[in-house]
Amino acid sequence: MAAETDKPEKMMDVSVWRGGPDGGAFESFKAPQQESQTILDVVTYIQQNEDPSLAYRFACRVGMCGSCAMMVNGQPRWTCRTHVQKVLKDNKLVIAPLRNLPVIRDLATDMTVFFDKWTAAEASFTPTKTRHDPMAPINPETPERLAASEAIECINCAVCYAACDAVAGNEDYLGPAALNRAWTLVNDVRDGGHESRMDAVSAAGGCHNCHSMGNCAQFCPNELNPTASIAGLKRATVKAALGLRK
Amino acid sequence: MLDLRLYMLQRLSALILAPLVLTHIGVMIYAVQGGLSAAEILGRTQGSIPWMLFYGLFVAAVSVHASIGVRAVAAEWFGVRGSALSGLTLAVFAILGILGARAVYAVTAL
Amino acid sequence: MISPHRSHPLWFAFLLHRVSGLALALFLPLHFYVLAMALTSPEALDGFLSWTDMTIVKLAEYGLVFLLAAHFFGGLRLLALEFLPWSPRQKTLAAGAVALAFFVSTTFFLSAV
Ligand code: SF4
Ligand code: SF4
Ligand code: FES
Repeated sequence: MAAETDKPEKMMDVSVWRGGPDGGAFESFKAPQQESQTILDVVTYIQQNEDPSLAYRFACRVGMCGSCAMMVNGQPRWTCRTHVQKVLKDNKLVIAPLRNLPVIRDLATDMTVFFDKWTAAEASFTPTKTRHDPMAPINPETPERLAASEAIECINCAVCYAACDAVAGNEDYLGPAALNRAWTLVNDVRDGGHESRMDAVSAAGGCHNCHSMGNCAQFCPNELNPTASIAGLKRATVKAALGLRK
Repeated sequence: MLDLRLYMLQRLSALILAPLVLTHIGVMIYAVQGGLSAAEILGRTQGSIPWMLFYGLFVAAVSVHASIGVRAVAAEWFGVRGSALSGLTLAVFAILGILGARAVYAVTAL
Repeated sequence: MISPHRSHPLWFAFLLHRVSGLALALFLPLHFYVLAMALTSPEALDGFLSWTDMTIVKLAEYGLVFLLAAHFFGGLRLLALEFLPWSPRQKTLAAGAVALAFFVSTTFFLSAV
């Protein structure tokens, strides 16, 4: 500890977006640089030492819950797992609420639409058995299961949703996360919602609005590839429409 | 903006266009040598049923393909919605279809 | 417009595909109009075509052929992406599409001059 206090602290400039649903502006803060510091640490530092009214959201701090995503220097990131060292530019950080979502206050966005779209995409499991049936045996090596496993580790952080320009241009577009999850269920042999899900992802805001620009895959912190999942959905819906079996 | 039906129309027209565009580029590279003249172009195409079918199909496919493409751009970049969007899609389709049919007729009819 | 979240190759491929498509859609009515002159006034068509001897018009043609070829090869990549099993080499394929478009349009340009 002594060594640390001897050294003069190196301060960095942090611009934080402040405001609410009706708009806002960036406010400048100074924060000390520390070793292994994350963006979430910086936001917490500001809230605890500079301005206790700063609103932001987090829970797990270890990349599990998906609640801490923000725009950092113009890119959507999970802030609890983003190291300052990696993204600091000219000793400056610009932190803003996630793009493509309405702001509640400061860095906290209203994720209601994001989750409503998961429901709209029927991106939830439709059981075909009851608790009284024996467990369904699942072979992890089938092509379907491999495809589902590829896409399953989503933490609902909305980083992809914030990165997607198709979402930005079209309020109805269901977006990469919901469609990615729908794709895992299309590949789940235990699921019974196949037909209505195909309709749900084929409607006006469905998977066919994706332009394969790959912003989602570029920034997904879990390195998922919604672009590939959505391409799979396009293929599956076209096959179904042509009367070919999936 | 794009539902399954429009998507399939656009990808189907793309599949039709692919070999046509390739041929068209080949013809252009061949024809442009030594400069372009009306007589040279018309000499190749006039009264030719194969060229009429080729460019007729080209115009039909490109009208579908471009009108759906313009629709997506108008919606996402220029905020066009609702009946204005449907109107624009149909207008682009009609303009390209009519002008294109006229052009095909002009260069392939006898 | 090109903010940090967009600066990666596949987004540029998307932009190229969109801009080339839009440019071609705007060019087509003009193209059709000029061709239809063959019927209404063949002299006017020849008058127009003699224009294409000018260097500046040749350069514009070069640009148009490049956009057509870029939309063509880029479109083939997208069709393959959507209808064939996923390939992780999308960035290479996108770069290859642009390279082929340059090759084809330059071949055209060299035949034209
Ligand atoms: S690939 Fe599709 S879902 Fe992903 S960012 Fe692009 S348009 Fe959005
Ligand atoms: S797909 Fe990736 S970026 Fe999108 S919500 Fe899930 S974890 Fe986040
Ligand atoms: S706080 Fe839970 S993922 Fe960042």
